[in-house]
Amino acid sequence: MLSTVAPAWTAPIIDYHALAPEMVLAGGIVLIVLLDLFVSDAKKWILTPITSFIVLGSFLPVLTLALNDGGVRSLFDGRYMVDDFSLVMKGLFLLSGYVVILLTADHLREGDYYQGEYWFLLLTSLLGMIMMASSRDLISIFVSLELLSIPAYMMAAWRKRDLRSNEAGIKYYLLGVFASALMLYGMSLLYGISGSTKLVDISKYLGTDLTSVRALAVFFIIVGFAFKVSAVPFHTWAPDTYQGAPTPVTAFLSVASKAAGFVALVTVIFVGFPGSHDVWQPAFWILSALTMTIGNVLALKQTNIVRMLAYSSIAQGGFILMPLAVAGIDGVANSALRAIVTYLLVYAATNLGVFAVVMVVARKTRSGEISSYGGLFSYAPGVATLMTMFMASLAGIPPFGGWFGKFAAFQSLVSAGTTWAYALAIIGGLNSAVAFGYYGKILREMWMKPVPDGDTTPLTVYSSLSVALVITSVATLVLGTFPGIALHFGDIAGLAGAFGK
Amino acid sequence: MEVLSDHNWVLTVGTFLPLVGVLIMLFIPKADEALSKAVAIGTAAATLAVGVFTLAQFNYDKAGEMQFVANAEWISVIKSSYYIGLDGISLPLYFLSMVITLLVMIYSWNHVPSPGNAKAFYILMLVLQTGMAGTFIARDLVLFFVFFELVLLPMYFMIGVWGGENRQYASLKFFLYTMFGSALMLVAFLALFFTTGAESFSIPYLIENGGEIAKNTQIWIFAGMFVGFAVKVPMFPFHTWLPDAHTQAPTQGSVILAAILLKLGTYGFVRIAIPILPDAALEWAPWIGLLAVIGIIYGALGCLAQTDMKRLIAFSSVAHMGYVMLGISTLTSFGMNAAMFGMVAHGLITGMLFFVAGSVKERYHTLEIKRLSGMLVQMPKLGWILGFCAMASLGLPGLAGFWGEFPAILSAYQPAEGLNVTVFRVYMVVAAIGTVLAAGYLLWLYQRTAFGEPTAEFAAGHGHDEDIHDVNKFEWIAWTPLLIAIVVFGVYPQLMFKVLDPAVGVTLKAFGG
Repeated sequence: MLSTVAPAWTAPIIDYHALAPEMVLAGGIVLIVLLDLFVSDAKKWILTPITSFIVLGSFLPVLTLALNDGGVRSLFDGRYMVDDFSLVMKGLFLLSGYVVILLTADHLREGDYYQGEYWFLLLTSLLGMIMMASSRDLISIFVSLELLSIPAYMMAAWRKRDLRSNEAGIKYYLLGVFASALMLYGMSLLYGISGSTKLVDISKYLGTDLTSVRALAVFFIIVGFAFKVSAVPFHTWAPDTYQGAPTPVTAFLSVASKAAGFVALVTVIFVGFPGSHDVWQPAFWILSALTMTIGNVLALKQTNIVRMLAYSSIAQGGFILMPLAVAGIDGVANSALRAIVTYLLVYAATNLGVFAVVMVVARKTRSGEISSYGGLFSYAPGVATLMTMFMASLAGIPPFGGWFGKFAAFQSLVSAGTTWAYALAIIGGLNSAVAFGYYGKILREMWMKPVPDGDTTPLTVYSSLSVALVITSVATLVLGTFPGIALHFGDIAGLAGAFGK
Repeated sequence: MEVLSDHNWVLTVGTFLPLVGVLIMLFIPKADEALSKAVAIGTAAATLAVGVFTLAQFNYDKAGEMQFVANAEWISVIKSSYYIGLDGISLPLYFLSMVITLLVMIYSWNHVPSPGNAKAFYILMLVLQTGMAGTFIARDLVLFFVFFELVLLPMYFMIGVWGGENRQYASLKFFLYTMFGSALMLVAFLALFFTTGAESFSIPYLIENGGEIAKNTQIWIFAGMFVGFAVKVPMFPFHTWLPDAHTQAPTQGSVILAAILLKLGTYGFVRIAIPILPDAALEWAPWIGLLAVIGIIYGALGCLAQTDMKRLIAFSSVAHMGYVMLGISTLTSFGMNAAMFGMVAHGLITGMLFFVAGSVKERYHTLEIKRLSGMLVQMPKLGWILGFCAMASLGLPGLAGFWGEFPAILSAYQPAEGLNVTVFRVYMVVAAIGTVLAAGYLLWLYQRTAFGEPTAEFAAGHGHDEDIHDVNKFEWIAWTPLLIAIVVFGVYPQLMFKVLDPAVGVTLKAFGG
């Protein structure tokens, strides 16, 4: 019945504490734009520390929210949630963002790039990410996704006069937009059949009864996010984009942006489609197996370090997808969620560290070839040891963080106990052995090969980069030896509203 | 479990002390090699001192029980804890790892292999030591896994950086084989965890509840562990990494590999796979026995075909580990005791053989058997030591090797209840033939290298006199303890059997002792 009198509009009660991280970032973005206009070129460097303060300033309320045991904060009619899951992910995004700023600081100054815009874009993308962590509604998910993606397209093409960078940006943009379109189509189907954009409502409507339209909608949305997390066969943009983009941007894309994709995927699957696991479980099984296998095999033959890392990051994505292949089975959902969050934490620390080393080494060798790492251990034992640690962590060798990510993923698979789950676990196990083929290649270069050209001038490590190295290496080591800490963050009571709870 | 001693810090200190040494060494400049070596050796000596203290405090009347138990929270969310303890099975291996590390470090004082960098070399040995000792005391599967894997990277670098010509290939092969095995092992551990009710990763808990798992499931879980441990042992047909790794590794790497690392695999069988999954063990035992005897014969034939002394010793390891696995596969207290003894004896003897091979290589710059001759003439002491070790290795009564080999063969006469007696008796005969072959290849090796006159190229006055000298001071210090131990355990094996036996009895409880 349509009522003739519209209900009186009442302003929603806004929990400003819950929104503080977003508000700090938004204010910071405005501040950066204004400062960029009014600060003279000679003083542009000041934007760097200001940006990092903004990010840390936004991290502060995340901390206070985490410490304040107020339970789940639901905003805007349950379309925006601040729960443990979102807080952990927000922390991850902001700290990754902070490390990316450290990585960028000297890179930008040396390349004489336009600073203000860069910081503006980085902060905007971060804002999209932290909004994504809280979004529980198709519209806010889509807005967050675009907010985090569009600045990233531009950042990938940041080196204007470099063809590769242009290619990186264009490829990323075209495929990204294509993926968004697919996803939007899926969302429109969902809205059309359920009449709501709120994930919880959609889940009630979808139930377990699958008509072909419903299956199609779920499928399109998964494909859209599969692009975002560069799952095979939707990965083709990643190697070119990663290789062409400036290295700090690559670090940002391969860690934060990827994590954001997973956050969105997890939210949509857990809150929106818990009942449709007959569609998404097999889809994720195939995606995961393909992604880690093909990512690994292609990584084996790479000679460029960043390209190799691109394929490595694809393969790691396959491991992160593993738990989703069983998440719909009774009692597995929580361990799957925990595994994904844990893996993302460990992966972020390690991969950012890898990129920090790549930048340190590239400054000296001016080369992206893996062979340029030859003999690194003989003239830069410290950096080589850190790189060894990061590579070992990515390969999943204890006692460095990575093993625990893999352990958690395997654990959630095995807890499902089905034949398919075991099969995927064994595929994952074989893949983690194969992966050493290329991680070991770098170790071999650093430890066992001679220095190319005999050039053993020591590396210069800028202070900001060394801070980044310290943060990431300590995190990698601590997460590996006391994984309880990672789990402390990963041990979230579950996603608010997930599986109808 | 009753705590027998208040000294539950002993194991933690003994295991992690080497890492403290590593931390200190990080601050020593690379150029100051002597200081690096001194600190490392000091650390290893201090670790061994803790080991001796452990040995002294160990309650030998209760060798079957876990002692020095510590159980602290570690990763509580996945129900894994820092749970360590030591019983009669772990004690000899735990202590052996400390002894070997110290001796290898002393040996390295003037033997740091090319390309040098003593600091890194010693740091890797210390890390290895932590991994090895930790594996032998872990009472929690996740903890075990972490320690088990911890030894991988240091050994990879040791072979790959300080090894011979073909070191990169050998190190990668070693790594990939082990990694592949441990991935399956990890899945098996997890499966074990969930099939026992997802309660705990602690080994005693799993032993208590593992028997309840359906037999079919047990067989699969055992298969996963089998691959992980068998690669490490290594058992035929997973052994192919070993000859390459041994041949290419520097002497120190070979010694540690032979003396301790291979034992991580057999230890895994004894400590984890068999007691937790008794039904599966019964099903698997004939197959393990089969692979073991194939390994014995195959290793021996491999030895006969070798032209390189180090490669020959490597193949002899395959054969010797075959005896160990044969003993284990009988699932009897008799066989298991022999296997445990064999592990230690093999560690001492083959470790010594690799030491000698390293010293021969250093002097002649080759290990090609046909170029070596008349060692007894040129270096009588080294020649005699080689002879002694060859005798010990072929199982001469009165030396340690005998007590690992002979009872292992004998144990196959009467395997545990439920196993096919005929099959095992066939194994017994085949294994006995293996000892003949062992005598063959070892004596032949000794005859060719030590007897006769030196070959023309190494004869006196041909420019090699500088290099060819008899056993030096550091070698004496490093070798004497091993040589003494080989004799002592050979003459008085009871010394070790009385420690092993009660613990073996506990392990085999599921098989009626």
